[in-house]
Amino acid sequence: MTVPEASVPEAASIPETDAWVRLHPLTPLLRGGRFLLVALAIVGQRGLRDASLEVFLAALGVGVPLALSVGWLLWRAMRYRLTDTELQVESGVLTKRSRRVPLARLQSVDVVRPLFARFLGLAELRLEVVGGSGGAEAPLSYLGEQEAHQLRVRLLDLAAGRSAGDSSAPAELEQEQVLVVVPLGPLIWSTLLGAPLVVGVGLVVVLVIAAVVDLTLVGGVLLGAVPLLIGVGSFAVRRMLTEYGFTVAESGDGLRLRHGLLETRSSTIPAGRVQTVRITEPLLWRPFGWARVEVDVAGYSTGGGEEQASTGALLPVAPREFAHRLVARVLGGVPPPVGDRPPRAARWRAPLSHRRLAIGLDAAHLVSTHGVLTTTTEVVPLAKVQSLRLTQGPLQRRLGLTSLHVDTAGRRLPGTVAPHRGDAEAAQLLADSTTRARAARAASAP
Amino acid sequence: MTEQPEAEVAWRRPDRALLRLRRQLTVALLTLPGILGAVVLGVLSGPVAGLAAVAAVAVLTWLMLGAVTRRWAAWGYLEREDDLLVRRGVLLRRTSVVPYGRMQFVDVTAGPLQRRLGLATVTLHTAAAATDASVPGLLATEAARLRDRLAALGEARQAGV
Repeated sequence: MTVPEASVPEAASIPETDAWVRLHPLTPLLRGGRFLLVALAIVGQRGLRDASLEVFLAALGVGVPLALSVGWLLWRAMRYRLTDTELQVESGVLTKRSRRVPLARLQSVDVVRPLFARFLGLAELRLEVVGGSGGAEAPLSYLGEQEAHQLRVRLLDLAAGRSAGDSSAPAELEQEQVLVVVPLGPLIWSTLLGAPLVVGVGLVVVLVIAAVVDLTLVGGVLLGAVPLLIGVGSFAVRRMLTEYGFTVAESGDGLRLRHGLLETRSSTIPAGRVQTVRITEPLLWRPFGWARVEVDVAGYSTGGGEEQASTGALLPVAPREFAHRLVARVLGGVPPPVGDRPPRAARWRAPLSHRRLAIGLDAAHLVSTHGVLTTTTEVVPLAKVQSLRLTQGPLQRRLGLTSLHVDTAGRRLPGTVAPHRGDAEAAQLLADSTTRARAARAASAP
Repeated sequence: MTEQPEAEVAWRRPDRALLRLRRQLTVALLTLPGILGAVVLGVLSGPVAGLAAVAAVAVLTWLMLGAVTRRWAAWGYLEREDDLLVRRGVLLRRTSVVPYGRMQFVDVTAGPLQRRLGLATVTLHTAAAATDASVPGLLATEAARLRDRLAALGEARQAGV
């Protein structure tokens, strides 16, 4: 949250930021299209059952104009305006709604282009702000593609305390440096080397056993496995579609991510907004030395299936050295290596994972590694710490162990835990990280 | 778990009235129905069974009263210069540190039972959902004092998320 100290109001930028603007005029077509699909699903089903083309056509004849006019009314009622400190959105036909989004609370801006919108050259702008409860705070759908990108640059500029007129949008767009484009091969393999492989192998084993015992069982097993296969398959396909062509680029306003095959999404994570970073290395990836990086900013939406197309990945798959370099970049500093191991007593409390437990603490970060099959490493910037907790269960007390929890404002990744440290060490850790978090907070404050 | 030695003296506890309330609740919900059950059992299947049941209820009550007391004694809070410490729990021990600057809002709640005794629970909320810092059984004046002090300190040290 920076104070715009050096922003000299320029005459040229004032009309640009002060006028009310409507969404793209093709919006009713897309919005209405969605409404129409629902209507068709209801009426069309009856038409098909009665096998009468007339009913179907009649439904179409009523439905299309109705959908379009509803869409048009909604479009006419919605407009937005950008001032120097906030984005104002007004919408609603029957119930009027007026929203003010303070730009100081802006966490990230996504430009999403669903498949149909792409055909029309449209895009949707989603803002994430602190305290936004479920779903994007103010989705602007739909804008022209160019307009969406320009608006995003302006929003991020204003949020960072720069004057709107300082940078011309097209120049800013070109100023990015691509760090990595994830190739298709590793993306596909990394997705398959997980639940799909386990389920596949498991199914083959069960089938072989079934075939040996009684051949007639095979059909039943196959039939029973169908829901499981559909579940795993749709997960894998969804992930590949979402993370296809994953590109990470660095620009003046933060890290930019672009990904997606059918629906493309392009998000910007402004510098210094990351609450928690998670690096995961599943067991089956280890021969390849791959890692996955996920980040969370405050207020990123969690609920609402359709809204949550993003998987939260900063990098779906990459060699671990590269992953660690990217983590250092997004955090603006190299996190310390994990080296501090818990006392030997921890193996009684965590027999499967105690070998992996380790933490690292420096002036700016707390890093913790844990996990049984998947090695998970979480990094918390101490400046983002909301609260710290020590917990000790009955068994831990016998063994003289205490766990330290570090909470951040992330929704999907709400901080980390340093499990099963020695009692005295945990108390010292709590004291140390509390003091360092205070110092880091003071240092990052404007 | 070891607390910082210099802090040991200043820990504050919920009011004794909360302990009395919890004890009374234990007696009302466990002992009285237990005795009633034991009497019915005694009438139905003879005095031996009845006396055994009374003894069982007595032991159980004694254990529960001990647990309630330890649970009450484990609650504590400490206002430090930059943060609030809250500790609680006997079986599962928890200590939370919440920097004043991270506070989003403070809740003061009181259920019907607490309200009758003039008690209230103060809960601190931060932007993290996992933050778990609440102190029950504070006298209304102390709850109001704590709430105002926390709110003032939070205002003074507010940091950006």
